[in-house]
This record gives sequence, C-alpha cells and structure tokens, in this order.
Amino acid sequence: MVYIVLHRLVQTVVVLLLVALVSFSIFRFVGDPVDNLLGQEATVADRQALTERLGLDDSIPEQYLRFVGNALSGDFGVSYRTAEPVAALIAERLPATLELALVSAVMAIVLGIVFGIYTAINRRGFLTHFLMWGSLIGVSLPTFLIGVLLIWVFAVELGWLPSFGRGETVQIGFWRTGLLTSSGLQSIILPAIMLGLYQMTLIMRLVRSQMLEVLRQDFIRFTRARGLPERSVNFGHALKNTLVPVITVAGLQLGSIIAFAIITETVFQWPGVGLMFINAVYFVDIPVMSAYLLLVGTLFVLINLVVDLLYFAIDPRIRDGQLKGHSQ
Amino acid sequence: MNIPDHEKGVFGKFLESDFVYAFKKSPVAIISFLVVILLIIAALFAAFIAPTNPFEPASLNLMNGFTPPMAANQYTGETFFLGTDDQGRDLFSAILYGLRVSLFVGVSAVGLAMTIGVTLGLVAGYMGGWVDTLIMRIADIQVTFPSILIAMLIFGVSRGLIAPDLRDELAIAVLIVAIGLSEWVQFARTVRGTTMVEKEKEYVLAGRMIGLGRIQIMAKHIFPNVLGPILVISTITLALAIIAEATLSFLGVGAPPTEPSLGTLIRIGQNYIFSGEWWILLFPSITLLSLALSVNLLGDWLRDTLNPRLK
Repeated sequence: MVYIVLHRLVQTVVVLLLVALVSFSIFRFVGDPVDNLLGQEATVADRQALTERLGLDDSIPEQYLRFVGNALSGDFGVSYRTAEPVAALIAERLPATLELALVSAVMAIVLGIVFGIYTAINRRGFLTHFLMWGSLIGVSLPTFLIGVLLIWVFAVELGWLPSFGRGETVQIGFWRTGLLTSSGLQSIILPAIMLGLYQMTLIMRLVRSQMLEVLRQDFIRFTRARGLPERSVNFGHALKNTLVPVITVAGLQLGSIIAFAIITETVFQWPGVGLMFINAVYFVDIPVMSAYLLLVGTLFVLINLVVDLLYFAIDPRIRDGQLKGHSQ
Repeated sequence: MNIPDHEKGVFGKFLESDFVYAFKKSPVAIISFLVVILLIIAALFAAFIAPTNPFEPASLNLMNGFTPPMAANQYTGETFFLGTDDQGRDLFSAILYGLRVSLFVGVSAVGLAMTIGVTLGLVAGYMGGWVDTLIMRIADIQVTFPSILIAMLIFGVSRGLIAPDLRDELAIAVLIVAIGLSEWVQFARTVRGTTMVEKEKEYVLAGRMIGLGRIQIMAKHIFPNVLGPILVISTITLALAIIAEATLSFLGVGAPPTEPSLGTLIRIGQNYIFSGEWWILLFPSITLLSLALSVNLLGDWLRDTLNPRLK
C-alpha cells in the first residue's frame, strides 16, 4: 500500500516536471523574449542588459531549473501584451474561474444524482423519457452552441438573465466574489448551466445505469423481503452502492470543467483565466500561455492523483488486488 | 440472383455482404449516410451551387445587409433564400463555402491524426520494449488533458512561430496540425492492441522466417488487419474534429476571416441575436449540427456493426 502510494507520487512529480518542461520550452523558444519585451527601437546595449538580467545566456538546464524555481515561488514572468506580471493577472482572474467551475460542478453533481435516481426508479415516466432524450441532445450539441442558445432564449427573448460578465462583485481579502450580490448570482446561472450540462448528463446516465444494476441484485430483493419501505431500499441501500464510480467520474470531470471554462468564459465574456488564455492565444502572448499551461496542467495532474488515491481508499477490492499483484 | 459467385466481381459481393444487409436494415444509418453525402456534395460543388461567390468583395452590396430569409430587401428588392449577413453576403452561399472549409479541415485533421496514430501504434505494438513504453506513456499523459485544450495550445504556439503577416494565410494549415496532433492517441492505442495480437500469429512468423524486414511486415502484412477499427475510429474522430474546428473558429482562434468556416459564421451570427437578426446565427448552426450529428451517428453505427467489442 505504502509502496503503491509512493510509486504514484513519484510518477506525479515526473509528469509535473514534464509539464513544466513543455511550458518552459514554449516560454523560452517560441518567439524571442528580448525582442518581445524591448520592441524594435532597443539598442544593442539594452538587449545585452536584458539578456543578462533574464539569464538567457546560461545553459538551458540551468534556465529550466530557474523557471521551475520561479514558478514555485509564484513568478511567471511578464505579459508581452500588457507588461503586467503574469502572476498578478492570474491572481486577479482565478477567483472568477474557480467560482464558475465550483457552481457548475455542484450543479452537475447534485442534479445529475437526483435525475439519475429519478430516472432509475421511475423507468417509464414521462419525465424520464424527457430527461433521457434531453441528455442525448445535450451530449451531441457542441458546448458553444448550447451557450449561444441559452443567451438567445433566456437573455434575448425572455430577458430574464444577463448575457455577459460577472455582475457586481465584492472584494473579500484577496478574493473578489460575485456570489454575494444578486446581480452576481443572476450572472452566474447561464454560464454555470452551459459549463455543467455535459457533466450533468454524464453523471445522470452513470447513476442511472449503476442504480439499475444494483436494484437487480439479491441484497436489494432481500431488503424488500424484509419489508423495508421503498425509500429506505432506494436511498439507504441502493444509492450507497452506486456512488464509488460516481466519485471517480465526477473528480475526473472537474479537470474538464476547468478546461471547458475557456469556451464558456468566451461566450459569456466571463473575466476568468480561460478568457485570459484565449486572448493570449489570439495575441500570441507567450508568457501567459505558458503560465496557463503550467497552472492547468498542475491542476489536472493533482486531480488525477487525488482521484486515484481516493479510489484506493474507497474500494477495498482494488487495494487488495493491487497488493497481491505486487507480492507475486 | 443465379449468377455464380466468381462472376459477381468485388462490387457484387460487397452488395450481398452482411455489412450492406445491416446498413439496409438501419434507418438511422441510411438517413445519416444520406445527410453526410448530401453535405459533402454541397461542399465539393459549392462554387456551382452557390448563387454568389461570398468572397468576391465586388459582388457584395452593403445595401443588401440584414435581408431576412425569403423576403425582398427593402432597398434593392433582391431576395435571398436564407437571407444575408451584415455585409450583404448571401448566407446560403456563405454556408456552402463555410461547409467546405469545415469539412476540409476535419478530414485533413483526421488524416493527420490517423497517419501519426497508426504509425506509432504499429511501431509500439510490434517493437514492444522501451519504444512501446515511451510512446504509450506520452499517449497516457496526453489523454489526461482534453483534446480541445491541446489543440488551442498547439494553435497558439504555432502562431508564435509564424511571422505575423503569414498568420492568416497559414491559419487553416495550423488548424489542421493542431486538431490532428490532439486526436492521434485513440488511433495509436487501438492499433497497438491489435498489432500485439497479430504479431503472434503464424503469418507474421512466416514473414520473419523468409527474411522480411520489420517495416515491410508492419506496413504490408499487419496494417491491412487493423483497417476495420481504423475506419470506425476515423469516423468518430471526424465528428470530434469538425466540432473542435467549429469551436476554435467560434472562439476566434481558428479559420481566418478571409476563409470563414461554419464556426466563424456562427461567431458572426452570435453578435446579431440581440438585434433580432436570428437567421445569421440559426442556419450555420443547423448546418453544423446536422453535419456533426450525422457523422457521429454513422460512426456509432459502424462501431456496432463492424466491431461490437470496441463498445
């Protein structure tokens, strides 16, 4: 057990260093940093001074190590476009993205589980057919079209909800939140639906198929035979046994939510890191791209690690199976 | 009916195969196949079908801007089947040309992904050892990240490497490379699996006995045996690639304004839903949707029919 966890940790560190290597290569070799920072009127002496200050004369491995060290201490260089430190840009915009991701993840998980249970218990109901067909269409539609459709219906035609931005925000310490004002709450509804819809349908279908499988098993028949009320059979016994795969999938989907936030943020002009990344791609702002890759890459790798470890912790069968595999 | 087998020819045998039988029995497959064929023909012959050339600035009349579908323009009296956009461009023509860009990028990207994936898959499966470990580890790491994110990153890096005045000109090529490189893993994994099974079979052993080289065995003898799964994955990947292209173009980091794809048209249309010009958004969206959906359904059907195990 300890061996597996250690093995997994070492693996994670290696992958993280690889991600850092890719992001360092982008930072160092795509476009000339000196050209980009100084512009065309710079003198040779200026260029020489900057090259020395950035340490571009050192060997590549040295530069890589310094890049990793800087990143660890929160220094991601300076944006070519706005000349602000990238770390400050990210710190300013990260709360917006995290709030959006959190709200849509909670929505996807709660609604996904509720709808999943409902469609598994009432297999022939009208609402079940509606949800199953709706989820099929939801999965086939490209995400950005869903967003545009939401804006069209709820912002333009019905005029119920705002179509862009975060609404009013409140500063609490270093965190600027939109969840405490009514305009902020209204603004987050449509983007959260767009971002969470795919994950919701995924979780709903997963919960439904797991529930159906569990409900067929003998121990459920036995709880029924014991005369337990239907509610206790469904929620006390069946649901508990469906949640392990749901946790894994939900955890892994958290990464996709962060990545797909790029699309949502662009559609709704949500001032988060995704919008920052798209603008960086558009204007070829290399340090911002490299920092975003490093940030999101780290997040992905860590999420994967946590899900893997959770899997070990939750399901004793995997734990034992792995142990046997190693002792052989 | 009574023609002996040897006189039927390849095509005749194909028409009597289980594959065609299953196809005839599936309305979903027939309909989506027809839609895909129709859209491909429309894209190929866009220049002949389209009433106007939407990229010929001389033929555009700004007075025709925002003409609703099937209605006469209030200034010029001209009528357009699907209406016009802000520049007075005939939307029907723009969609046909946009469809061509979308399909071209999608098919080329899948071609690239397939070439890379199949080659690496064959090499990994046949050689085994550290080559296999290296290739599959890279694949493992890549699938951790959503492919759209990887495509965006490759697109951004390529833009950084290209001189600014060439960026629009090369945008389509860059888009193909970005999407192609983000979708190769599925090909490599499947081909590797099949290759590992195939390489233990006697015909490969026989090939080695008579002194055939590794490359010859892989390309000429193992490759034909992995074609079935490749066809299935190509179709499913095509749907993904078309949506990826549309997404990137919609976000403004894809097809250039001079060569708008369906995604670009939707991006333009999105600006006008606030002022009530719904058709500029609706018709490109419907076209994209029918294309992506029918390719997807066709892929699902192919998977179930050709190789139920891939499910």
